[in-house]
Amino acid sequence: MVTLTINGQTLQAEEGQTILEVARRSGIEIPTLCYHPVLPPDGSCRLCTVEVLAGSRPGLQTACTYPVEEGLEVQTHSPRVVEARKVILGLLLSRTPNVPLIQDMAREYGITEPPFPTENPEEKCVLCGRCVRACHEMVKAGAINFANRGLDRRVGPPFMQKTRVCIGCGACTIVCPTGAIEIVLKQAAEYLAKPLGPTAAIYVPFPQAIPRVPVIDTDACIRFRQNDRTEGEISDACGACAMVCEAGAVNFEQQDEILDLDVGAIIVATGFERPNPAFLPQYSYGKHPDVLDSIEFERLSNAAGPTKGQILTSDGRVPKAIAFIHCVGSRDEHANRYCSRVCCMHAMKQAHIAKERTGADVYELYMDIRAFGKGYEEFYERVQREGVIFIRGRGAEVVQVGGKLVVKAEDTGIGRPLILPVDMVVLCTGMNPPHDADRVARLFGISRSADGFFMEDHPKLRPFQTATEGVFLAGTCQAPRDVPDTVAHAAAAASEALKLLSRGEVVISPQTAYIPAELCSGCRVCNALCPYNAISFDEERKVSVVNEALCKGCGTCVAACPSGIIVGKHFTDEQILVQIEALLGTPAA
Amino acid sequence: MAEERFEPRIIGFLCNWCTYAAADTAGVSRMKQPPNIDIIRVMCSGRVDPTFVLKAFREGADGVLVAGCHPGDCHYTEGNYKTLRRMTLLRRMLEQFGIEPERLRLEWISSAEAPKWAQVAREFTEQIRALGPLNWKGTVLAGLPIAAEHVCPEVSE
Repeated sequence: MVTLTINGQTLQAEEGQTILEVARRSGIEIPTLCYHPVLPPDGSCRLCTVEVLAGSRPGLQTACTYPVEEGLEVQTHSPRVVEARKVILGLLLSRTPNVPLIQDMAREYGITEPPFPTENPEEKCVLCGRCVRACHEMVKAGAINFANRGLDRRVGPPFMQKTRVCIGCGACTIVCPTGAIEIVLKQAAEYLAKPLGPTAAIYVPFPQAIPRVPVIDTDACIRFRQNDRTEGEISDACGACAMVCEAGAVNFEQQDEILDLDVGAIIVATGFERPNPAFLPQYSYGKHPDVLDSIEFERLSNAAGPTKGQILTSDGRVPKAIAFIHCVGSRDEHANRYCSRVCCMHAMKQAHIAKERTGADVYELYMDIRAFGKGYEEFYERVQREGVIFIRGRGAEVVQVGGKLVVKAEDTGIGRPLILPVDMVVLCTGMNPPHDADRVARLFGISRSADGFFMEDHPKLRPFQTATEGVFLAGTCQAPRDVPDTVAHAAAAASEALKLLSRGEVVISPQTAYIPAELCSGCRVCNALCPYNAISFDEERKVSVVNEALCKGCGTCVAACPSGIIVGKHFTDEQILVQIEALLGTPAA
Repeated sequence: MAEERFEPRIIGFLCNWCTYAAADTAGVSRMKQPPNIDIIRVMCSGRVDPTFVLKAFREGADGVLVAGCHPGDCHYTEGNYKTLRRMTLLRRMLEQFGIEPERLRLEWISSAEAPKWAQVAREFTEQIRALGPLNWKGTVLAGLPIAAEHVCPEVSE
């Protein structure tokens, strides 16, 4: 520990810290421009100049590069310092007269007009080198650097040409204090197209996530991208999140783990997949930023969302008219034939929020209102009273007319086609079975209904059980349903699973195969046929034996036994042959 | 008066998990299907011993339908693959015995495919109706006992 004095204040600091770090920690303000907490200090902008009164290098020094030492005495706002900063800010303002950040900093030191001649009033770059250091030290791409000297000095890729060294990570645009760098890349455009999603490569999936920890999107993270791109040659790029995390919780080594667990029951709750409305091109989803799907609108209206719950169009205006189109991708022979069961009610909820927050004209274009749950019909009436306009007729098309959105629909109440100019369109999408539901179904031996959702054992009597004993279904993996129904369904599945566990023993079907040892010739044909490895060979007695706890009773071995001696209990050869005789003994109907 | 239409008698061996459930749903959903198929439920189409098929023909069936889960979807993982092998071979043998192989049909119908069941039932009934009654006496199997012993040993794996 070393003791130093800043502005007469005695402070303790650790060896290796800089004056700037100690001052900032103690609440002493020193202006900076080229300094960035995760980048190595450079001292190039000189704004953090302070006066060292006592120390190894007395005089005007940059605080960001000066390491603390015992007995150091510093003044951050002495007349000499202020005078020096005025010159620096004057030079900066003369270079970039129209950058708000520089204007504000200069104004604090009483400079409102550029004191020196300006070369280019549009200039935004202050040559602080943050971007260069980020590209070299953090991203380790080295795509940009300073070129030329003196007045010609500027930042860019080699020869100011497009370079393949750039990975398009955008780190330079983030660290640039004046917004001088713009990134124009296909990938950036893709990220920009999802303004309601995560905006960084490390994020908490959603505010109520349990556990509430951030995750790293390895496709977007600079460290992982550099590692993948160079096949491990550059494995230590960026790491800014690890640098700022005081708990040291960021772990880049973490891998997906596959755990083997012995369990007594399985609840399949794999949920639904959000349909992408772009596959119905008539709704212009993805072509106009103000055509949202319901999940995006939900995010927009969320207090923790990007606009803090304000409902705004993509250009930041409060919409004057919003159209909600029901049944997008549902009850449609070109998409899902089934009703989503949820979109009527969430459309009404969102219309209620939109009306309350914006006072806009809110239109609901519906086929039928299916307000079937407890209190739902009452809510429908309430939303109508609030002035939401319900138009019975499917929204047919969303088109752009001179940059404005127009919804074409039919009002079946008056039998006329409608044209609604609106500022925002919300497509009320439903639920799709997950795209890999077939693989999950195969894994657990569950069958699927025609709509692709997992099939229950019986629609009325066993609505969350499956044909496989001990495997239960919960929620929307079985069929579209809303939150109360999902909670009830899941609780039922959980209690059924617990019932199985607390009983501690399993009732197995009596339909198993049985090999009478005295008749078995020990040919072992059946051994390899059993998919459950329930048949083993008793070396001592030279006969095959069925383990009844493993046998599922399919009867494949029974049909295959060359001696015909394996008995399929409850489906014996005799029973089936008698059935054939009985059926054919009577004249066919 | 027109000659009475030939009503074929068909035995269907249906797997408990897929096709039996499909047939059940088809019935509950009141789908139109002919009454000619008499159904025998087995736990898996893999349980269908080729003997059962021959027995059915001998007892007077004009057609036999064996139906189970789609390949890969077998409740017992791979029972239906065994069925596929057995029925393919059996059809070849039927021909040698003097029975039209079209009288034995193998179908994959999942529990979600009730309309497919009804369709197959209609189609197969019409197909057998067109073939006419099975002339068991004209086959080389006539007079041989079947129920007691297996005539079609399992083909090795």
